Amino acid sequence: MKHLISVQELSREDTVGILDTAIEFNRVTDGGTKMLPTLRGRTVVNLFYEDSTRTRISFERAAKRLSADVVTFSAKGSSVSKGESLKDTALTLNAMGADMIVVRHPSPGAAHRLAHAGWLESSVLNAGDGKHEHPTQALGDAFTLRAHLCPGATDFAGLTIGIVGDVLHSRVARSNIFLLGILGANVVVIGPPTLLPVGIENWPCQVSYSLDAHLPELDAIMMLRVQQERMNGTFFPSELEYSRTFGLNRKRAKKLPEHAIVMHPGPMNRGVEITAEVADSPRSVITEQVSNGFIVRMACMYLLIGGDLSVA
Amino acid sequence: MRDSSPGASASSSRTISRVVADPEDISRALRRLAHQVVENVKDVTNIVILGIPTRGVPIAERLAKNIGDIENIIIPVGSLDVTLFRDDLRMRPSKALEQTRLPVEGIDGKTVILVDDVLFSGRTIRAALDAINEYGRPAVVQLAVLVDRGHRELPIRADYVGKNLPTSLNENVSVQISEIDSVDQVEIQSMTEQL
Repeated sequence: MKHLISVQELSREDTVGILDTAIEFNRVTDGGTKMLPTLRGRTVVNLFYEDSTRTRISFERAAKRLSADVVTFSAKGSSVSKGESLKDTALTLNAMGADMIVVRHPSPGAAHRLAHAGWLESSVLNAGDGKHEHPTQALGDAFTLRAHLCPGATDFAGLTIGIVGDVLHSRVARSNIFLLGILGANVVVIGPPTLLPVGIENWPCQVSYSLDAHLPELDAIMMLRVQQERMNGTFFPSELEYSRTFGLNRKRAKKLPEHAIVMHPGPMNRGVEITAEVADSPRSVITEQVSNGFIVRMACMYLLIGGDLSVA
Repeated sequence: MRDSSPGASASSSRTISRVVADPEDISRALRRLAHQVVENVKDVTNIVILGIPTRGVPIAERLAKNIGDIENIIIPVGSLDVTLFRDDLRMRPSKALEQTRLPVEGIDGKTVILVDDVLFSGRTIRAALDAINEYGRPAVVQLAVLVDRGHRELPIRADYVGKNLPTSLNENVSVQISEIDSVDQVEIQSMTEQL
């Protein structure tokens, strides 16, 4: 494996291998507090064309924990704001000798283009490309689900996971739906028809428009952020109505099975898709998702550029 | 296989293997090693045994049991994956990690006995010493191996050796342990050119 662009390139074995490696990384770094010499001398470039705090910091920390040299390159304040194209930026980075490019870009397919256009010799890790995919977030979520619901399992058969809300604009949802499908979980996507993508009936999931009907059967519920910044039309009448129909509040959380966990990829709109009370309740694993994302990113970096790069 | 020799993959080659140790030889060697450890280490209650995955781990468990039986105590056993610390990490494709499980007592101030199946170049042990350094500061680190096949590339030697097995570089030593391979034996596989 040289690049990680989409979870759809992964087999079930690949995925379980990444999750197992992440467990070991968690253990040997003591949850990320210890340094490892593994990527000493390798250069990781974080190429961020979109605002991001948590993902950028998470990747930066992951690379630094593995002793890699980290260069962070955000579009604001760089030559990109002077009009440099993706290709020229890629050629420049290649000339500087980057071993891995972690890229976030507003356009779907940007990471794929970077990896396969022949501009670069580096590994490319997709950190979110438009509405397309965000594979390390999905791997981190799978890590969290596995730790809580089926430790050590090599598939997620028998688990029912609800993904609720704005699937249309969410790369996190897309990566999660496909990755959970690969792992054999039963995925129920719930949201207003206006926020579900065209063609979702061909995805490995059930589709429903009613949250209340599914609550008792869910082992985990993943609330998605209402992405106002990506919305250029009216997808629902009002925030209040959205939160009444699809928001997770105390009453709804009570209908979940005892063992069910509550997830959110962040950043949250408290009071819209999830109430503060539920977000801060003991069954919420939202902060754990952040630390698990970091652990999984270390595992992916090691697997992509830790070994001999010529035989990838 | 970690100890496969370079240049032994030509398509026209043929593998001849011969068994050089059977289950009885292996268990006898491990009993002897246990006695040597007890003789050598002053305070056996301070011992922690760490096996290097994969086959070092069951060997470590057996050695710990033997020592424990002699002294009537329970010796803590753990596993130590050294992959992330190897200096030859860049020479092969990266692979999923093996388990690292340190005993709850930790390793600070302990007599750590590292256990591996085959001692060859010594690079695994060098990496293991680096790994140990990350986890604590043992009072003493010693090395026990089931087979020493020679060809060291670093100034490292074992304190306890089950079997010295002089080999040539185009041979491969394969230790099989019943917990993993369903049989206990040591095999030497030699590659011969087919004419």
